[in-house]
Amino acid sequence: MSLMEKVNSKALDLGVPLNIHLDITYRCNERCAHCYLEHSGENELTTAEIRGFLKQFADAGTFFLTVSGGEPLLRRDCFEVIEFAREENFNVKLKTNAVLIREKQARRLREAGVEQVQVSIYSHKPEVHDAITKLPGSLARSLEGIRLMRAAGLKVTLANVLMKSNARDFAGVQALATEMGSQYTLDPTITPMLNGDSSILTLRLPQEELHGIFRDGRLVGRVDEFCAPPPPIDDGIREGIPCSAGHTSCYVSPWGEVYPCVQFPLFCGNLRQQSFSEIWAGSERLRGVRAIRAMHLSTCSSCSHLGSCTRCPGLAFMEGNMRGPSSADCEKSFLRTGVVTAGMLAGSTARPFAPHHAALVQIQLPAVVSETPTACR
Amino acid sequence: MKNCYIARSRSVAARQLGEEMVIMSAQDSTLFNLNPVATLIWLAADGQTRLETIVQERVCSTFEVELEEALRDAEQFVTELAAHGILLRGETPIHDSSTATVKLP
Repeated sequence: MSLMEKVNSKALDLGVPLNIHLDITYRCNERCAHCYLEHSGENELTTAEIRGFLKQFADAGTFFLTVSGGEPLLRRDCFEVIEFAREENFNVKLKTNAVLIREKQARRLREAGVEQVQVSIYSHKPEVHDAITKLPGSLARSLEGIRLMRAAGLKVTLANVLMKSNARDFAGVQALATEMGSQYTLDPTITPMLNGDSSILTLRLPQEELHGIFRDGRLVGRVDEFCAPPPPIDDGIREGIPCSAGHTSCYVSPWGEVYPCVQFPLFCGNLRQQSFSEIWAGSERLRGVRAIRAMHLSTCSSCSHLGSCTRCPGLAFMEGNMRGPSSADCEKSFLRTGVVTAGMLAGSTARPFAPHHAALVQIQLPAVVSETPTACR
Repeated sequence: MKNCYIARSRSVAARQLGEEMVIMSAQDSTLFNLNPVATLIWLAADGQTRLETIVQERVCSTFEVELEEALRDAEQFVTELAAHGILLRGETPIHDSSTATVKLP
């Protein structure tokens, strides 16, 4: 067990929300074709409210704080929020498109002690990237922002969301990451909009592309291991929790709403009406999420993929049952291994081999940038 | 290390998890998990108190351990963390803007 796994395990035992993802705004200067948000800026949390909530998160034991949006730098107080979070000793990760990053901003992020910055880059070709963001010149500006952040000494990860229009460009983005000394993450995830609109799912990768990605050693490392048949199921797997959402992590919206995860729109409370500890400890919905063990899952509990599937309870929830299968993950498990899932056999997916939701997988490349060493103390 | 003063670096993230402290360096993303004894020393590392005093007042009063042995272990711990930039170390009190403020329990 790695040290990070031990820390997560301890947080789980203690009921500590170790990770919080905080979107400080849904406003954005890009209009990405696949974005799941509506970009309203109404009634956003004030600076004072955010500061107060950050104190509550710190008191609850939260260690990892992801500050995101929308584009978080559109808030004039973004740096104030980040600097206050660092004063409260959070490990801060920032998700930004980097369009607004100049030398001064890069230096300020570095001085604040931001641990890592993640920037979405869709293609190495301006015409492809800019067509997705719908912001002319955005690739050039994002890359310049990344270079400035790297020059300031910040660690940057290029997050490469893949969809139909940029399906073949991952090698180019990978090369950019290597050139800039950054990490690279591939994410073939297109999720429905939080308002339930699923029209953007038509952008998702075709199955044959996903099949190919799962068999590309540059992306998944050892293909024979990644695509291996599912392992035998034991009691540890049956009694395991399906996901950390609601257990050691949660999501807070720009209006102070608390959810188990950014991709799990199960409203659990609002920080403007209740304290964070009241919601975290007292929400019946969070308790319901926490009560679910793998053996309680309808359909999936009898699936041979139970021990290796990355089933997303949020996507399952959006399909109607947080204890049920996520068709996107059924598709992914099948395309990866060739073994049909219980969800497919039960007919819970409308189109077993072409589900209406995109696959959800995040692949951290093993070789592009070596993993940071973790010292065990 | 007769006159050793220690202070927490401001460049790290830190949170107490139960009786242990989780620390991550923003410089190299190294993760540390301090045991309860090391956590006591970390929390008391205000830059103004000598390490020997911290060990005597915080560690020896809490755990059944001789000062000499506890101090030897503490010095090793301080050396390791200082090498990673997690702790600042000096022979005089540390008045450094890079010192983190942590609320003592």
